[in-house]
Amino acid sequence: MRLEAHHLDFRYPKTDKWILKDVSLTVGAGERLALVGPSGSGKSTLSALLSGCLAADAGTVLWDGKPLPVKGYCPVQLIRQHPELSVNPRRKMGKILCESWTPDKALLEKMGIEERWMTRWPAELSGGELQRFCIARVLGPRTKFLICDEISTMLDVITQAQIWRLILDVTVQNGLGLIVVTHNPALAKRVCDRAIDLTDINAARP
Amino acid sequence: MYDGRRTGGQADEVNRNQAGIDGARISESHGLRDRGPRGADARTRLLILVLIASAYLLIVFFWGLFMDPEMYATRFADKFLPPGFAHPFGTDFTGRDMFFRSVKGLSTSLVIGAIASAISSVIGLVFGIASAVIGGKFDKFILWCIDCCMGLPHLVLLILISFMLGRGAFGVMAGVALTHWPELTRIVRAEVLQLRSAQYVIASYRMGMSKFRVAKSHIVPHVLPVYLVGLVLLFPHAIMHEASITFLGFGLPPESPAIGVILAESMKHIATGKWWLALFPGLMLLVAVLLFDLIGENLKRLLNPTSGNE
Repeated sequence: MRLEAHHLDFRYPKTDKWILKDVSLTVGAGERLALVGPSGSGKSTLSALLSGCLAADAGTVLWDGKPLPVKGYCPVQLIRQHPELSVNPRRKMGKILCESWTPDKALLEKMGIEERWMTRWPAELSGGELQRFCIARVLGPRTKFLICDEISTMLDVITQAQIWRLILDVTVQNGLGLIVVTHNPALAKRVCDRAIDLTDINAARP
Repeated sequence: MYDGRRTGGQADEVNRNQAGIDGARISESHGLRDRGPRGADARTRLLILVLIASAYLLIVFFWGLFMDPEMYATRFADKFLPPGFAHPFGTDFTGRDMFFRSVKGLSTSLVIGAIASAISSVIGLVFGIASAVIGGKFDKFILWCIDCCMGLPHLVLLILISFMLGRGAFGVMAGVALTHWPELTRIVRAEVLQLRSAQYVIASYRMGMSKFRVAKSHIVPHVLPVYLVGLVLLFPHAIMHEASITFLGFGLPPESPAIGVILAESMKHIATGKWWLALFPGLMLLVAVLLFDLIGENLKRLLNPTSGNE
């Protein structure tokens, strides 16, 4: 099972500037890829395209040789950079966490998610605390590929290490593929098998 | 309200310092801001205020609805009595008791206001959601209708519709209902548009949620409070407009006990020193309008997640 991107083009609606032009990429099952590049080079846009959160203007994204499903659970899941935008401010944390599956207690403990946070609103937690919920809610058995778009920038280094260790455990255990978008070379080296600079494979120069 | 929040914040700060650098205890003191005793008081106070206001309006509404017409019948022997124990608001030029007439009139206004704003808000809700969901030409058309409605002076449009539909209660109701939807439509449309592209809604779709589930768990909880607050804040507008076009003679017939009619009649006698004819009914209308406004504003605060737990 591979995640493939073929000749992706993308620009945001009502703009002339191509963000991505002719971007192709293949990541195998269980492979861990670091996606690097300067700010504004289209890393987040590519992440959204690969996970089906955005539709490309041209080109295809294939999972296991087939286009990503439009309906139902998407095997490729994206964790975004801004957790406060990724959760509904009018839902309690308990419901947010269990939107697609019910994580067990051991996982929550390892993530550092406390039981009493479940009855709070998102506005009552910090960005780092929210991000743990965003990560935990997509670590379910139906996820086959994980895209992490700068997910740990708001965490302190100890928590970062803790969370990355857990994500690595889960990826190995469930045989997940992983794309890590990061500006941190040490993290990329530690977590991933190989790295790609997006500016090298993107024909649209910023 | 603001004061309570500030004190809570200071207490939080003190706790933070006492907790030192221990991470777990810092996050524990963090929770104090949400569930401090003062915060709970403020919320209860708001709720009580809303309840009192609603109780006043409901009492006036039902009292007037089921009032015996004998209470405000003509008694020429008692004409132009100033306010006193027998007639708290005085009597008018045919000896009708102004207190009961005002209650009845305000009740009529509330009925018209309730129906008109209910119709208006449903129009606003349907147009707003349809406009955002369908988009394209339909969206442009709705926006054009909104501009047309808002471009014309409100009262002129109201009088026109009411006059065309033969005045009376029906004309007024139709007039008020058909002119108050644009604001709510715009708010609902903006809300739904923003929600459709929100990251958490997209994430929800990618996690396999159906359109119905997304609507139930993400769209409705956002639009409903906006809608409810919009509905309550429409009331005072509707009542004021009903009273003002009736005052101008384009609304309810002159024999019906309506606040607008009462105020219009009182103008004839105010120069001869019959001040109570205008003052008390005017005050009752003002209080009702202000109370609706108060309920609406407080509901807005209670339903907002960032201030809801204060």
